[in-house]
Amino acid sequence: MALTGVEIFKLLPKTNCKKCGHPTCLAFAMKLAQRQATLDSCPDVSEEAKKVLGEASAPPVRPMTFGAGDKAVKMGEETVLFRHDKKFVNPCAFAVEIKDTLSEADIAAIAEEVVKSEIDRVGQKLRIDAIALTNASGDAGKLEAAAKTVAAKAAGVPVIINTQNTQAAEAAVKVFSDKRPLIYGATAANFEAMANIAKANKAILGVGASGLDELSTLTDKIKGLGVEDMVIDSGARKAKEIIENNTLIRRAAIKKNFKPLGFPIINFIQREDSLHEALLGVIAITKYASIVVLSSIEKWKNLALFTLRQNIYTDPQVPMQVEQKVYPIGEPKPESPLFITTNFSLTYFIVSGEIENSKVASRLAVMDCEGLSVLTAWAAGKFTASKIAQFITESGVEKDIATKELIIPGYVAILSGSIEDKLPGWKITVGPREANAIPAFLRSRG
Amino acid sequence: MAFTPAKETYSGKVYSVAIGTGEGTGTVGGENVLPFHSFEGAAPNRPVIAFEIQDVPPADWPESVKKPFEAVSDDPVKWARFCQDELKAKAIALRLVGTHPDRENRSAEDAAKTVKDVLAAVNVPLIILGSNHAEKDAPVLVAASEAAKDKNCVIGKAQEANYKTIAAAAMANNHKIIAMSELDINLSKQLNILITQMGFEKERLITDPMCSALGYGLEYTYSVMERIRLAALTQNDATMQPPMLGDIGMYVWKVKETQAPEADLPHWGSLEERGIAWEAVTATALLVAGAELLIMRHPKAVEEVQKTIEELI
Repeated sequence: MALTGVEIFKLLPKTNCKKCGHPTCLAFAMKLAQRQATLDSCPDVSEEAKKVLGEASAPPVRPMTFGAGDKAVKMGEETVLFRHDKKFVNPCAFAVEIKDTLSEADIAAIAEEVVKSEIDRVGQKLRIDAIALTNASGDAGKLEAAAKTVAAKAAGVPVIINTQNTQAAEAAVKVFSDKRPLIYGATAANFEAMANIAKANKAILGVGASGLDELSTLTDKIKGLGVEDMVIDSGARKAKEIIENNTLIRRAAIKKNFKPLGFPIINFIQREDSLHEALLGVIAITKYASIVVLSSIEKWKNLALFTLRQNIYTDPQVPMQVEQKVYPIGEPKPESPLFITTNFSLTYFIVSGEIENSKVASRLAVMDCEGLSVLTAWAAGKFTASKIAQFITESGVEKDIATKELIIPGYVAILSGSIEDKLPGWKITVGPREANAIPAFLRSRG
Repeated sequence: MAFTPAKETYSGKVYSVAIGTGEGTGTVGGENVLPFHSFEGAAPNRPVIAFEIQDVPPADWPESVKKPFEAVSDDPVKWARFCQDELKAKAIALRLVGTHPDRENRSAEDAAKTVKDVLAAVNVPLIILGSNHAEKDAPVLVAASEAAKDKNCVIGKAQEANYKTIAAAAMANNHKIIAMSELDINLSKQLNILITQMGFEKERLITDPMCSALGYGLEYTYSVMERIRLAALTQNDATMQPPMLGDIGMYVWKVKETQAPEADLPHWGSLEERGIAWEAVTATALLVAGAELLIMRHPKAVEEVQKTIEELI
């Protein structure tokens, strides 16, 4: 259990020296409790306090980085069970399985598909993050050869070496030295040897067991051998077990600070039926997986899973925003209508969607209001006549359009007069209050 | 190190709500645990998926979801029978979208006739939905409630602007109602209280906290549902204990991802599969958040979600 601000305060020097940058020791303690400060800012803290606080302040789910370079994936650091309490921290990684029984050409083809999987959504780059290379052949040489193909075709993509054969693991891990691969992994039968390989090659160790009791025992033993960075698999494969075990793991880590399960979770959800696999993906994404292993990465499936991950990992306290600019919808001509709205991503999506549904090519001017919706932005003084006038003038949209007419959201009808005053020569038209009335509104304009 | 699972017991329970009559009766809710947490409590009923049909042909549905119904969707009776007999629907949701003033503007009497005809043709539970025009829905749903008297239908959606009329009609004709508010746990609670203050039993309510599609605000619906369910279970808040509805299809099948052809957006992949996945993923996410009753459109999406529910039980 994490310590409260007052409990932390009791361990601090209580000198209010301000050297940490906070006005009092109590203020600093509160920041520590919220994980917005670190103990090393305090120069006078006692060794004993360091030890107690260090243990208590270690994140309940151990943070680690999988892979190296600009494609590395951060995992762990989660602090809550429900996203409305606080943001889920590190979005889960998607890995596609490649079996070493495939031909070199097939392995290369999937590796290239992974490299090309990146898409952009609301300004975020989303992609298949990793490759799980499975030693289906059972042969160390084959795994090593496949590893070399992957390393060449998908350079920089983090790799899971999926084998319980220590010899094969050792051969493949060398292909990714200094790339921080994940070896999956360790079982009750081989954990000592696997722990040594992981340690010697600075790899993360995936630990697989059947059930949470066996898993806890195993991670504890492996930790005793000096391996700190582990990723855990409870053996859950069916939807029901995934929810149950992932929930119990996250609960144990967060609510009980139970260290043997305080590691990122890996879920294997490969299925013949790709859509069914996607739905198991929904369960893994929403219920605490850090790595989700897929059997295939069709574009339609990627888009759905990427989008869900983005939705679930959005900060519930910070609205998603889109870039301020004039967006064309369809292929607008000079006489096409011009709308304005705010840059709350949901507002943008809904308004642009309804304009699209109306099949009337238009321009949509999206104004930066710090991600607030229309009414909220207006109430907060961020969507005002003068700011709208300034944005429209600076956007230069005037030179693209035939008639200087701007359609404003019905909720801010009150602004129409003052915008006209500030934008001489423009006609301000009050549009509908709700986006779903836009198609009818556009039809009525003929 | 030995592991003792931290199991939770909850003080509250979701109401068990029966819908329909006779052999086709279905029940939603009744669990005393978070969704699919059968490892620590009881969840006696599976979530129910209702197929959406309409009183008018689905001219505004995208091609890929129109196609499976093209032989039947010109007639709500044929359409309902097809869902029940061919698609093995556990429930049907009849949306009287043709009553909307901006659409065909069908009258309340026309709507009542459609309801009667559909009820005569099927025996699975019927959900009767207006066109989401608060003003017009009041007379339409009153007429529909009367036409369906004693059939234990689910009438919706009662909103802040029209709940009095709709709840009174549902009460007089022995129906359940859907209470819908806009993505806010407090508004949802308030509407449930207002409706029960009229004498409408809280055990006859279904809460719709408003759906959103994957990528279009799903996280808001997801979290409002989770919070409602937690309030119901951990705080034993009776106003938050009705089962929840996810009205999936109408939100999903209007977003760009279910309509834009692959030729325009090659990096989005096959439109057919993308649309189905969009509906099925949205539905599954809301099941995990706490929805017990779903309204969906595409047969393949329904089939896959059904399969996943079986795996979750």
